[in-house]
Amino acid sequence: MKKFLLPVLAGLFLFQSVTAQDLAEKSSVNATFQTDAAYYTNDKALGIDKTSLAGKRMGINGYTQVNYTLQNFSAGLRYEAFMPPMLGFPADLKGNGIANWYARYQVDKFSVSAGSIYEQFGSGMILRTYEEWSLGYDNALNGLSAHFKPIEGVSLRAVAGYQRSYWEKFESDNRGIVRGVYADANLNEIFPTLAESKWKISLGTGVVSKYEKMTTKTLIRPIDNQGSYEKYEYKLPSNVGAWSVLANLGYGNWSWMTEYVGKDPNPSALNNYIYRRGQALLTQITYSRKGFGVQLMAKRIDNMGFKSRMDEKGNVLDINFLPPVTMVHAYSFANMYPYATQPNGEMAIQGQINYKIPRNSALGGKYGTDVEIYFARVNSIKKESPAPGIPVDSTGTLGYTSPFFTFGDEIYYQDLKVQVFRKFSSSFKATAAWFSQIYNKDVIEGHNNEYGKIYTNIGVLDMTWKLDDKKALRLELEALFTQQDKGDWMGATLEYTIAPHWFFSIMDEYNYGNPVEEDQLHYFGVSAGYSIKSSRISLSYGRQREGLLCVGGICRYVPAYTGFGLTITSTL
Amino acid sequence: MRKLPILLILLCLTAYNQSFAQQQGNKLPSVTVKNLDGQSVKTDQLTNNGKPMIISFWALWCKPCIKELTTIAEVYPDWVAETGVKFIAVSIDDARSSSRVKPFVEGKGWDMEVLLDPNGDFKRAMNVNLIPHTFVIDGKGNIVWQHTSFSEGGELELINVIRKLNKGESLE
Repeated sequence: MKKFLLPVLAGLFLFQSVTAQDLAEKSSVNATFQTDAAYYTNDKALGIDKTSLAGKRMGINGYTQVNYTLQNFSAGLRYEAFMPPMLGFPADLKGNGIANWYARYQVDKFSVSAGSIYEQFGSGMILRTYEEWSLGYDNALNGLSAHFKPIEGVSLRAVAGYQRSYWEKFESDNRGIVRGVYADANLNEIFPTLAESKWKISLGTGVVSKYEKMTTKTLIRPIDNQGSYEKYEYKLPSNVGAWSVLANLGYGNWSWMTEYVGKDPNPSALNNYIYRRGQALLTQITYSRKGFGVQLMAKRIDNMGFKSRMDEKGNVLDINFLPPVTMVHAYSFANMYPYATQPNGEMAIQGQINYKIPRNSALGGKYGTDVEIYFARVNSIKKESPAPGIPVDSTGTLGYTSPFFTFGDEIYYQDLKVQVFRKFSSSFKATAAWFSQIYNKDVIEGHNNEYGKIYTNIGVLDMTWKLDDKKALRLELEALFTQQDKGDWMGATLEYTIAPHWFFSIMDEYNYGNPVEEDQLHYFGVSAGYSIKSSRISLSYGRQREGLLCVGGICRYVPAYTGFGLTITSTL
Repeated sequence: MRKLPILLILLCLTAYNQSFAQQQGNKLPSVTVKNLDGQSVKTDQLTNNGKPMIISFWALWCKPCIKELTTIAEVYPDWVAETGVKFIAVSIDDARSSSRVKPFVEGKGWDMEVLLDPNGDFKRAMNVNLIPHTFVIDGKGNIVWQHTSFSEGGELELINVIRKLNKGESLE
């Protein structure tokens, strides 16, 4: 208990002493605090009882962050407690303490920071450190960073440090050191003659390198095609570099962004210790004017997994971020089979159109109608044997060769979405959506040809009635149809809100199509919430279906459970 | 139930935070975000010429956020005409979806100013954890009011805050 209290009190003291000194004019403090807690109950249908819970009836995830600014100086502390972590969160998070701190000094052209550094180079494909509370994810770089703006429109950034891995103490042989520099140039700001130009041009380039102490590793390698193996000691590179070039071009309503990145040979557990170079290309073009927007994107990822520990395979120590070209949906069933980027190789395309059918037109109705069409498709890359007699992806070899612009034969994921939103009157509005998805369960979840692909069709009808100025009722109906996996589902959510404080909801998801009869379960839940200012408390009870929770680039598997949930959040 | 004391402490902390909520007078922190044309914007230089501003954090995948922005977009021209308020919607979409923000916003026909915060720098500096999270900044640049979550009708509370600020009334 003492361990827990001290840092919190220290944070409070810092906070209090500042307000007391009446430095209000010069300094500012903000603090935020969140706790999520769950109490798990027995559930026969899910096979959850005292034994399966193993004494872990409760899960608590909590943190508090205090930021303090005094003129050019700022500093912050983050205290986290996972006692123990809630179901579905990495067990290694268990514990509590100061997870994070930083101190920064910032003047006009220059800033230096020490502590936990969050940084992104370009679109993140060579370096991105960030934190996502809802997933228990934090790959902060503990070290130093410096930003320098020699002239208007040019910025230089440098970082060095080691990454956070839960509560594990840094040792020189348990993870590497990451260093990087990045330069951005915005030509419209550099050259005054371009300031008012219709053309917008910005460029970026950077290098990241990882250093690990370990230089040899004994691994098993194939010695023939008959499945015979031998132990062999491999020399592994201590330094692995990655570089990026990025161009952003805009003209009027058009904009076009392309980033190409490359990586040195980086044999690691992720790529089965092959010595092939990595590369990735991301290009996207958008056109938009009022009432109409279109976006197209294409991506190739080839052997771009990059972690600061070569034998790491889990959701930790990622140096880079490979943006999935697929979408996180707002509706529950549409997110039942979510996609995660395959760092070892994928070819992907994506497109989205947004259109507002104008107000008072024949189709648009009194308030206009919003239409959204979205499509994404991800395939494998084509992999060919690197040399005669050597199977693709063999440890200790170059792995494979791959033609750059060729799509592989295997579908990883496909998503088609058509969504229409319309306000019918001042008191009624509705969204209707249809999704058609293909989900390659074996590839995405890493199974060995056990499940194959899942083909789903999903329909959603989401209606809101405004009862008066403050009260509203929302009914969401969803259905998912599939011949594979757990079969068909239907679901309904009824929500009642009294603005700005109260929220009540009741929901049920029913897996009526499950091929296993005793698994045809109802997932019923109720919840209520109260918000005031920047604080919110919500309480829920119910059965939660198992699933992948994905935010940004990573996904977390959450097992099914039944129980009470509590979330309290507050920001000052 | 050994964990109950922890919960209680955390609850007390919330209460503590609330009791100080009136003392807010914080200025906007200084971080760099991008506008929809890809140009850098310093957050401490966001201003509305002495009139109040609303800054709201959102993302494409956040349903209540889209609901808030859709609702406000509809009344926004009236709000501007009446109070001179400026609304800035800060998208925390990362590289996965930030390129879809502009076509989405234009496709919806929203008039609000939209900024991109793809690695959450502004979000972290403002200590935002759940979205939507909406701040009101007075004409002098002080953060004077904030709220998390949105439900139908929540926009009325927001515009009332702006009206009170314009009249010089207390927000309590």
